[in-house]
Amino acid sequence: MSIPADLKYTKSHEWVKVEADGTVSVGITHHAQDLLGDMVFVENPAVGRKLNAGEECAVVESVKAASDVYAPLAGEVVAANDEVESSPEKINQDAYGAWMFKIRPASPADVNALLDAAAYEAHVASEAH
Amino acid sequence: MLIFDHSHPGRAAHAQLPPHDGALDDLPAELLRDAPPALPECSELDVVRHYTRLSQKNFSIDTQFYPLGSCTMKYNPRACNSLAMLPQFLARHPHAPAETGQGFLACMYELQEMLKDVTGMAGVSLAPMAGAQGEFAGIAMIRAYHDARGDTARSEILVPNAAHGTNPATAVMCGYTVKEIPTDREGNVDLEALKAAVGPQTAGLMLTNPSTLGVFEKTIQTIQKLVHDAGGLLYYDGANLNAILGYVRPGDMGFDVIHMNLHKTFSTPHGGGGPGAGPVGVAERLLPFMPVPVVINDNGVYRNATEADLPQSIGRMSANGGNAGVLLRAYIYARMLGAEGMHRVAEFATLNANYLMVRLRDAGFELAYPTRRASHEFIVTLKKLKDETGVSAMDFAKRLLDYGFHAPTTYFPLLVPECLLIEPSETESKETLDAFIDACIKIKEESYANADLVKGAPYTQPVRRLDDVKAARELDLAYKAA
Repeated sequence: MSIPADLKYTKSHEWVKVEADGTVSVGITHHAQDLLGDMVFVENPAVGRKLNAGEECAVVESVKAASDVYAPLAGEVVAANDEVESSPEKINQDAYGAWMFKIRPASPADVNALLDAAAYEAHVASEAH
Repeated sequence: MLIFDHSHPGRAAHAQLPPHDGALDDLPAELLRDAPPALPECSELDVVRHYTRLSQKNFSIDTQFYPLGSCTMKYNPRACNSLAMLPQFLARHPHAPAETGQGFLACMYELQEMLKDVTGMAGVSLAPMAGAQGEFAGIAMIRAYHDARGDTARSEILVPNAAHGTNPATAVMCGYTVKEIPTDREGNVDLEALKAAVGPQTAGLMLTNPSTLGVFEKTIQTIQKLVHDAGGLLYYDGANLNAILGYVRPGDMGFDVIHMNLHKTFSTPHGGGGPGAGPVGVAERLLPFMPVPVVINDNGVYRNATEADLPQSIGRMSANGGNAGVLLRAYIYARMLGAEGMHRVAEFATLNANYLMVRLRDAGFELAYPTRRASHEFIVTLKKLKDETGVSAMDFAKRLLDYGFHAPTTYFPLLVPECLLIEPSETESKETLDAFIDACIKIKEESYANADLVKGAPYTQPVRRLDDVKAARELDLAYKAA
């Protein structure tokens, strides 16, 4: 599975997409869902919650394990995707389409500090050894 | 099929009705049911066959090797059961006056003393009903200790990322935030990360030693000094106590509080989810905070110490004093072993694990921590097998069932991909271990020759693969009559 070039990534396997309105959508990568296996439960942060970068803010649970999702950057939660909460399998079916929540970044330039597709691919490869 | 599905109106097993001579006809009318309860109506033979069939579907320690890592599925000696079932124990009411229950209380007192001795702690309370409750009691005591000193700014519990999931859950339940400490490549707590994490906000560190990676935390002395110097306390998760029983004592390593899983290390039955027993042991400075009751010897008379004796106690974990039947079985087990026997438990548990580990390694299985000696358990990673054949750790585990072995723990710890956590325990013979190794070798061969065969396993069990996704998404635990 290729890693979309138009997204940004974290070492903890979240993807980040900058939307036209300046907010960013956050989900977990295809690699992350592959490691976790079939999703059975998703818990998103409450809309309005202020997040620090790296803060635990959501939970994804699979048949194998429950795993925290971390805020890729600081900001306020402006939307949460109810659809992935009611149908967690959407993350397995299309990890990059199934956004979990949207953040209005405290500082939009923070996005630039995240990994690009090539750097994320290298990170995944380094974790495999 | 449930017993309800065997029900036919009017059928009964009258010979099994308990005699009742009490007068029930004076019960107030408003307390009586309007309709009889929906109980199954079955003959004695229906019931015998139903439950015998169910027992035959069990995959249990009484029928098969059960190397479920981190669970210590050792044999439960029958003597423990028969002595704990003596009518004098069974018929005792927990609220009976102490003078009529001196025998039982003496057993509990002696169990406390033996657990103190084997763990090196200053006091033991048997009150917690299971391991997780023991953890809760332990961290609640740490909180009570800091609070009693007015040291209330401590807000954080440190937990290594290899820990059982109950550790962070416990810390959160006690009102703390959790800071995760990474593990280095040898499976030890990352000391540099620990140094960076400890500080005036540290309430304590929860540590499992040997860890869930099956290795002994070699730098425990440094770890305990780092945490204590920062004013934090050390919590010992007793999940892996079996590996060091009688050899190394958590108290001597500097731990302030410990919980023990008697259903693991002290061999009380724990298939089917319990009941458990999770006594806590404490160092001198936590003695005032122990959960009650604690059995004390008051000038030759045993009695339960209560809140009046321990006014700073964190309180009660249940209405009475722990799971009495489980504690009795553990007491009898400990008495049968004695100090010398406990020593041998750790020796043989470790020997069995290392024998399995080396033979599997020699047969081409990849160890997660190849440079380390196993404690009582070890981790094999099947990542290479998965990459080359598509057979996952879960497939491998399911195929083991066809060969008559319970699967090891799969996908835990989360740090190791495609892992099997294997714990043989001390009660297995070399022949059993060899047969398990042969099965592992065979399944590896099958994976390369015919991966689909392994992916479709099991074939010999009452059920094939269960739909665990459906089970998790559509939880349905209550029987409803059709």
